[in-house]
Amino acid sequence: MRKALVVYLMSEPETPELARAAVEGGADVVELGFPFSDPLADGPVIRRAAERALARGMRTRACLEVLARTRELVPDTPLVPMTYSSIFEAYGWERLAEDARAAGATSLIVADLPAGERPELRRVQLVAPTSTDERIRLAGELTDGWLYLVTLAGTTGARGEVSPALPGLVERARRLTSAPLYAGFGISTPDHAHAVAGLADGIVVGSRALQAAEEGPSALRAYVASLREALDEA
Amino acid sequence: MTEARVGSFGVYGGRFVPETLIPALEELERGWREALADERFRAELHELATTYAGRPTPLTLAERFAPGKRIYLKREDLLHTGAHKLNNALGQAVLARRLGKRRIVAETGAGQHGVASATVCARFGLQCVVYMGEEDMRRQRPNVERMRLLGAEVRAVDFGTRTLKEATSEAIRDWITNVETTHYLIGSCVGPAPYPELVAELQSVIGREAREQVLAAEGRLPEAVVACVGGGSNAIGIFHGFLDDPEVRLVGVEAAGAASLRSGRTGVLHGARSSVLADEDGQIADAHSISAGLDYPGVGPEHAYLRDSGRAEYVTATDEEALAAFRDLARTEGIIPALEPAHALARARDLDAELVVVGLSGRGDKDLAEALAALRPDGK
Repeated sequence: MRKALVVYLMSEPETPELARAAVEGGADVVELGFPFSDPLADGPVIRRAAERALARGMRTRACLEVLARTRELVPDTPLVPMTYSSIFEAYGWERLAEDARAAGATSLIVADLPAGERPELRRVQLVAPTSTDERIRLAGELTDGWLYLVTLAGTTGARGEVSPALPGLVERARRLTSAPLYAGFGISTPDHAHAVAGLADGIVVGSRALQAAEEGPSALRAYVASLREALDEA
Repeated sequence: MTEARVGSFGVYGGRFVPETLIPALEELERGWREALADERFRAELHELATTYAGRPTPLTLAERFAPGKRIYLKREDLLHTGAHKLNNALGQAVLARRLGKRRIVAETGAGQHGVASATVCARFGLQCVVYMGEEDMRRQRPNVERMRLLGAEVRAVDFGTRTLKEATSEAIRDWITNVETTHYLIGSCVGPAPYPELVAELQSVIGREAREQVLAAEGRLPEAVVACVGGGSNAIGIFHGFLDDPEVRLVGVEAAGAASLRSGRTGVLHGARSSVLADEDGQIADAHSISAGLDYPGVGPEHAYLRDSGRAEYVTATDEEALAAFRDLARTEGIIPALEPAHALARARDLDAELVVVGLSGRGDKDLAEALAALRPDGK
């Protein structure tokens, strides 16, 4: 079965073209970061990208516009805004969910909203190696489409090796939920992709994708294609 | 599902953190409840408070500072390490030991909580890492040196506001990364549940003592209790002693440029829903205060609750008003307060109340360079 490839991009004016390049390179899902000033789950690369996006005026309404334009360019690819609770709190929880859906969002990810808080907000839930079985089961029940496996205790950002905690987390999650499992945090190279493809149903790449995106659509397309190839060979 | 509702103050509080931390917060919550129910824990804390920290701290009548009023100062400046922060740090260190955590991370603004954390880690043989904004390291140099002397590692936070907000975010990121071995010793009544409640309980010793002491001195309760509010731990600690005395006004004093309660909106910062300085999109705004300890765009969720319920009132003081009170207390009482409680002193003396207890949360040695530089243009 084809392994899913999720690519994270920060919402900026150039993002629709970048998203199209990612899809051309073989991305199955595009996450669109709505920047927040104090992103607790993010390491330096995404934090700096958020600072830059905010400095360029990428507030919630501008992000929704980027989402809508991205939807026009990539009509068939799931688009998932990823952000933080403070953005929802200010815009209105239901209203932002509705406006995002109207702009073309397939689902949502809220990095600091653990399973159980705001259960009425349909979103992709996250679980981590520290999660108890009970919480993995709860997240599996509540999640929208797929379950985001945070591979390690830590923030987003490239790492040398795939987290040794991932196999155990996958094994527990398989036992506790039937949701597809996509692994993210610390996955950045084709070797990582190949290794994770043997365990999970998909991968999420963020920080390294942002670095590729800074070099433009063709660099991003080539980077995503290298991951696609590694996943397909697995 | 109900777990996440624990530790709510009305619509405020909660646990808005990445999933990685949820099990640690649940473990902390359980450990805290068990500790509270354990006589030995309470006895150990009491022993440390009296033989190590210097409790009870005195209540001092400041007659010359406020002629015509009876203003009492609750002297947390006389606590070991020079601020109320030690009450919390001692309690959390004992708790961390019960939980088997050998590594402590903390954030600090003015450096007082960092010093308190470094102190208890030295006392209990725990590894200590303190995150501090570069701007605050510059403003509060003596406390940086103090932390290092005590064996703590001080990590500079060189991005964003370079103050307490960013230091707190980095401490939380460290905790996310090292959660199996590490206890996050948060310094104020902020953060995800159970921290706001836990810190308030550990600081409530201030209010319990102050209530007894003012009754002994005056034979009546004060008309008002006044304390400065940054994150709000010294205020919540002293307020807790008087919450059930509806005739006692509770007055929190924020820095005018960091008035999360007076000028903030409902938002989510550092794991809790509270009143925060944020723009209409929910982006957290910069706070501005001469006092590093008040220079924070958030506030404990219980304060937001007390504001909404009307039980406590919140006012502001400017940098200039705080500096004037700082100088005046030094010259009239021989007490050099920290710039943070100088905000409370500024409002206490013009408050429409005669018998007032002020939380003097810390001493001003750390602020001399900053305060003297600011006062000098007046030639005073």
